[in-house]
Amino acid sequence: MKLTVKLYATLSHYLPGDATEHAVTVDVEPDATPFSVIDRFKVPRESAHLVLVNGVYVAPSDRESPVLKEGDTLAVWPPVAGG
Amino acid sequence: MAWTKKVMRVNLTEGTISEEPLNMEWANQYLGQRGLATRYLVEEIDPKCDPLGPENKMIMTTGPLTGTMASTGGRYSVVTKGPLTGAIACSNSGGFMGNEIKNAGWDMIIFEGKSPKPVYLYVENEKAELLPADDLWGKSVWEADEMIHKKHQDPLIRIAVVGRAAETGCLYAGIINDLHRAAGRSGVGTVMASKNLKAVAVRGTRGVGNIKDPAAFIKATNEGKKVLSENAVTGEGLPALGTQVLMNVINEVGAMPTRNMRDVQFEGSSRISGEAMKEPRPGDGRPNLTTNAACFGCTIACGRISTIDQGHFTVENKPEYWGASGGLEYEAAWALGSDCGVDDLDALTYANFLCNEDGYDPISFGSTLAAAMEMYEMGVITKEHTHGVDFSFGSAEALAKAAEWVSKGEGFGKDLALGSKRLCEKYGHPELSMTVKGLEFPAYDPRGIQGMGLAYATSNRGACHLRGYTVASEILGIPEKTDPLVTEGKADLVKAFQDATAAVDSTGLCVFTTFAWTLEDISPQVDAACEGDWSVEKMLEVGERIWNMERDFNMAAGLTGKDDYLPKRLLKDAAKTGPATGKVNNLGEMLPRYYEVRGWTTDGVPTRETRERLGLNPDGIGV
Repeated sequence: MKLTVKLYATLSHYLPGDATEHAVTVDVEPDATPFSVIDRFKVPRESAHLVLVNGVYVAPSDRESPVLKEGDTLAVWPPVAGG
Repeated sequence: MAWTKKVMRVNLTEGTISEEPLNMEWANQYLGQRGLATRYLVEEIDPKCDPLGPENKMIMTTGPLTGTMASTGGRYSVVTKGPLTGAIACSNSGGFMGNEIKNAGWDMIIFEGKSPKPVYLYVENEKAELLPADDLWGKSVWEADEMIHKKHQDPLIRIAVVGRAAETGCLYAGIINDLHRAAGRSGVGTVMASKNLKAVAVRGTRGVGNIKDPAAFIKATNEGKKVLSENAVTGEGLPALGTQVLMNVINEVGAMPTRNMRDVQFEGSSRISGEAMKEPRPGDGRPNLTTNAACFGCTIACGRISTIDQGHFTVENKPEYWGASGGLEYEAAWALGSDCGVDDLDALTYANFLCNEDGYDPISFGSTLAAAMEMYEMGVITKEHTHGVDFSFGSAEALAKAAEWVSKGEGFGKDLALGSKRLCEKYGHPELSMTVKGLEFPAYDPRGIQGMGLAYATSNRGACHLRGYTVASEILGIPEKTDPLVTEGKADLVKAFQDATAAVDSTGLCVFTTFAWTLEDISPQVDAACEGDWSVEKMLEVGERIWNMERDFNMAAGLTGKDDYLPKRLLKDAAKTGPATGKVNNLGEMLPRYYEVRGWTTDGVPTRETRERLGLNPDGIGV
């Protein structure tokens, strides 16, 4: 299935060179999980602090579950904050 | 140093300056800065006074850790009654001004009355004098700063100054120190200009002293710095990307107020984000971001220093804007950008430069412009008003022109200088003003972050994120992740954030440390520096006392529980995209519980029991 993957902040450099506005489209297995996709980009799991699927937070306990579906957007950040 | 125990009182009407001891009984109850200065203000002014009349006072105040070796210990605040809201106003700034006031030997400077002529205060340690400012009046912040430095032939003077926006009555004018750090919100600069006070220039060389236990203080502050450096947010994320790292996060979660809060996501957010600031731009191949920067004593260094492409339409043939200067923070980028629908990063940076150059709040300015743009698209405001400029959402030209007009108080800029509430009332559409108590919203849509709706509605200075930043928990997972789309538990969460923040704002430290520190990290630093017991429990008690005192001030000023509201748009018009699709803010589900956990009546008034428990006047203020 096709997913949009977005890596932000200090994770941006894990994206391939053809990424546009910090996003790439990838083909993954139907049973892919957030962590399996994150692993594919070689992002250390401990750096994947904020993991969102279509903007909704995925708790650490659900990141090895097949919660992804065709057309989803997976966005990942390290620990960030501002104000 | 911890408290210097000295207060400077400047009577601008009489032109006199006197010294008095700090009220240490109050210092023990309110710590310093925000809390202690509010205690003085409550004692000294009628809460019903005209904010821009001579009877209002303005206090520049440091905290006990300002000027110390504690990380971020360079903060000062300006406390007064605010002209936008008629409520308590407290605006906090970094840079190097607070440290300088403290090193000159002063905990706070109280300004009262109104000078018959423009003046500025010059302080050199214990020496202080009011000097004529006729030549400075009518000058921008940047011009006045340079003139004062030249006049005294001392490059190390630290200067806080108001610009032409404040002089011409812009109701959201701030006080700018060190050229681009700001006590920015609530119109504290407007109050300063109303007193004919152009600037405060300070040189302090007395150094650090009065630390209760120096060895314990060194240990506690070193441990605190270690926590900040090892934390991914304060040690890596903020220095690299600044607060602007939030632009993509908040857009992704569907809480990005867009086009005067009609929408909750902005299609151009990635082009104005912290990441975008670091990328080469097409025009000159250089990034917008030149470097990061730190305030006094700060080991985080989240500040942004930016440069605009010299070929950009905003600065073409204007070399005075070609140098590096204070760049976009997230709040400015949001207000000038997504709220106005503008995705031109250099145009936002130009408007931000002008906000610094002439001293006004980019949040309130951007939000007010967004309201004007909505009324323009409705046909209520026309090109007759806007001097022929197309004010449609997305117009970078309108943004640049509007900033130029507000800077100088010219033309349609006079209307924009009123703030969103008064502008929308003037043009017959008060419902389009995205404000609480008259203060414009910051960068988090409360339809997508429910707790922030309650935080905005109950914030003592109006719609403000810095009074109770539940975004930390609801979105960022600090200290623990909570669901942003539910209301359950949010009343307690908001109260906890509000009380803790009031305590931190009274120390002299930056609230951004709390992305890594809790009061468990801060209390040992305060306790080692200050006389008395400054345990976590005491800090929380002080924070709650400050919050209730501010509330009582507002009650005495004429506000009521009915002022704990949100604009109807946020309560009736559901979010159209993102995770919050179909949701409004459910303030009504949270407010009664909030009053209950606060120990207030169902009308939102602190009860006698609550006031007595906190050592406040059981009858409230002014009774």
